[in-house]
Amino acid sequence: MEPIIIEGTPKTPTVKFDAAEGVFEIKGRSIPENSVEFYKPLVDWLDNYKESPLTKTVVNIRLEYFNTSSSKCILDVFKKLEAIHKAKNEVEVNWYYEEDDEDMLEAGEDYESIIRVPFKMIEIVE
Amino acid sequence: MAFDIENYFKDLGRNNVILYYKGNVDSDVINHVLDTVEDKMVQVNEQSKLRKKVYNVLVETLQNLYHHVDKVPDDFEDQTSEKFGMLVVQKVDSGYKIITGNFVNTDNVEKLEEKIKRINRSSHEEIKELYKFILNHQRISAKGGGGLGLVDIARKTGHKLEYAFKEYNDKYSFFYLNILVDETE
Repeated sequence: MEPIIIEGTPKTPTVKFDAAEGVFEIKGRSIPENSVEFYKPLVDWLDNYKESPLTKTVVNIRLEYFNTSSSKCILDVFKKLEAIHKAKNEVEVNWYYEEDDEDMLEAGEDYESIIRVPFKMIEIVE
Repeated sequence: MAFDIENYFKDLGRNNVILYYKGNVDSDVINHVLDTVEDKMVQVNEQSKLRKKVYNVLVETLQNLYHHVDKVPDDFEDQTSEKFGMLVVQKVDSGYKIITGNFVNTDNVEKLEEKIKRINRSSHEEIKELYKFILNHQRISAKGGGGLGLVDIARKTGHKLEYAFKEYNDKYSFFYLNILVDETE
């Protein structure tokens, strides 16, 4: 599978999905007006990856900001990961948040309570 | 006579206004407003926690306008703006005020007010649960909104949504949302 590599912009995150390594990363700001347009290719890609995943997949989410429209799309991403996990593959989500950003920590906890995949909350200390 | 939108707005935010905008709310305007307000907060060394909250709330208010505003009345001075909205960002002692205004069809007033009232009678914990419920159960609408903006604003600010509907004519009201983002929570 071809990896997905997308450079970040002020409104959309940097994305690196590498099927060969099993490491997926979303990083930066995700505040586009039309989040579906941005996330649909990622969700479709995960649909393919889901067919023959590695035994271990690591997902790093390191967002500075995301809007409510992205929050639904990020949930769609997690739902694909949940399916991979359910098929007896190891999936680990690392949710990064800056030390004073309780809102970002809470957002990670929201997903953790909805999605049945192990989450690790990681505080970024500057 | 239709009531005077502009003067009402000026009275709301007379002092320490760091940004005033009225007109079409498109993607470029949103970018510009976000950059301007972010730069100003950095310039005055606003602590990052408050800065992030203001930025988040500003994104949601602007994108609410972008996704949901109704067309302006036929007799309104600005007929060129497809998505007409007004915005004031004001520095206050405890943080920032973000005030928005837009037209709402009379037919849509009740539904919007119901939504706000539901949020306002909920505790912080209930708002959190409401957010998670909508996140998990509601699809993104044709307009592109997720139905989460106001819930998110109430959750992040920890305050009730302060709002008003001013009747413009029998078909339209002007909707104000007055949001305080402060450090207390």
